[in-house]
Amino acid sequence: MRRLLISIPYLWLLILFLVPFGIVLKIALSDVALSIPPYTPQLDLSDGWTGFRAFWAELDLENFWFLTEDDLYWKAYLSSLKIALIATFLTLLVGFPIAYGMANAPNHWRPTLMLLIILPFWTSFLIRVYAWIGILSNEGFLNQFLIWTGILAEPAKILNTDIAVYIGIVYTYLPFMVLPIYATLEKLDGTLLEAAEDLGCTRIQAFWSVTAPLSKPGIIAGCFLVFIPALGEFVIPSLLGGSDTLMIGKVLWEEFFSNRDWPVASAVAVILLLILVVPIILFQRNEQKQREAEQ
Amino acid sequence: MRRMTSFNVVSLTVGFAFLYIPMLILVIYSFNASKLVTVWGGFSTKWYGELMQNEAFLDAAWVTIKVGLISSTIATILGTMAAFVLVRSGRFFGRTLFSGMIYAPLVMPEVITGLSLLLLFISIGLPRGVTTIVLAHATFSMCYVSVVVSSRMASFDRSLEEAAYDLGCTGWDAFKSVTLPIIAPAVISGWLLAFTLSLDDLVIASFTAGPASTTLPIKIFSSVRLGVSPEINALSTIIIAIVTFGVITASITSKRAIVKQQREEQMADA
Repeated sequence: MRRLLISIPYLWLLILFLVPFGIVLKIALSDVALSIPPYTPQLDLSDGWTGFRAFWAELDLENFWFLTEDDLYWKAYLSSLKIALIATFLTLLVGFPIAYGMANAPNHWRPTLMLLIILPFWTSFLIRVYAWIGILSNEGFLNQFLIWTGILAEPAKILNTDIAVYIGIVYTYLPFMVLPIYATLEKLDGTLLEAAEDLGCTRIQAFWSVTAPLSKPGIIAGCFLVFIPALGEFVIPSLLGGSDTLMIGKVLWEEFFSNRDWPVASAVAVILLLILVVPIILFQRNEQKQREAEQ
Repeated sequence: MRRMTSFNVVSLTVGFAFLYIPMLILVIYSFNASKLVTVWGGFSTKWYGELMQNEAFLDAAWVTIKVGLISSTIATILGTMAAFVLVRSGRFFGRTLFSGMIYAPLVMPEVITGLSLLLLFISIGLPRGVTTIVLAHATFSMCYVSVVVSSRMASFDRSLEEAAYDLGCTGWDAFKSVTLPIIAPAVISGWLLAFTLSLDDLVIASFTAGPASTTLPIKIFSSVRLGVSPEINALSTIIIAIVTFGVITASITSKRAIVKQQREEQMADA
């Protein structure tokens, strides 16, 4: 019984999660070919061991060399990192005051505020990104508003630029930032702030010496929760970004669907995964430390 | 020391305005008579009418709902099993790999999950269609379900189960009459989460869908790429309305359940 309980989800994940990665790795080492599926070599086990050896001999690192030679990929990785970092920082700037406000709100407001933060998270991601197209376009509401107030004389190009991508990421990932920060701020012991003020701190000093350091675990968790998915983001750069917005998720998509270069798309995926390993491990460590601190 | 300063009021107002104004604009302009999405041309519900006659959207909606219902049910069963394994099974061969495979999909970029599953389906010769989308969705959402359920199980009082055994229950009886009712709220929210993730998913579905099995997000994405259209606004409004209704209902019911449970516990203590 116990063995059955373990083996069903285990096998499911092995077949549908781990094996596919093996296949990605294998195809990343293969060559492009004009066939269906469009890569070679195919593993042909009918020849037995010699077939496997022939297959093995044809695998090489060519696609990875290709990625280092063509500077499109370098630029895409670097610009994904840059966009994800800046967007994470902006999300923190927008999210922290909201979380802070929620933590200081009267108790009976909090469930409602919490619901208001979670509600957009349940609403379709695609629709939330789409909503910004009408706002940021040249005839969009933001430009209309800015011209009406006299800030701008003529419409500014916002849609299809990196700025639109930043806005999209901040908007869609905001709940991921607000919730962990709110969770740490809510637990914060208010008497510590009182003590700081009794000892002569101004409220701003008390904030920087008490609230900010104590909310660090929440800030770190929130930043990783935004940074990690933002790095591989596809929908936001392809709908809000311009043709010169390079993000690795978009490059992978185009290699696969437009160029039909499966080996290169797989190699891009392998490298993206390698880049993500570091933040993911750091994130897990942060979670672990927090759990230990709570015990 | 909680203080609602004016800074707090301003940051909450601005923050929530930022979150809700874009969706509000979307909803308002779905009732716009004009085809131009940024110019108001009077009130009209004609886009809803056109949407209802758009066979392609209706077909896609049906595929999406079907995929969502089946995949979230599979995900809930597998995810609950996985949660049991994580919380209860102690040490077994390959445990680290198992928990790694549970947590990894949560942080995996969708493009990689989609690509790898597609390559798997092609190499085993499984034709792409509803089945492949269901398999893909069940796989990544079972991980979310198991996280939700295992956090509930960690705070589970096992003496209740032991009492059931002492009173003569078999393993299945004890599960059915003690364990399941206690973890039920987590299982239900896990199912809802899996269902929403499935309805919402564009990237993984694009990789694993066949030509005859377009889901609603794929359909929306391909028409949104061509620009804003009032029909999409109408569709978005319907989705937002359903989600809002669902989330508010769920939160009210769960609040009532908590109040009821607290009352029962108080009575049991008295």
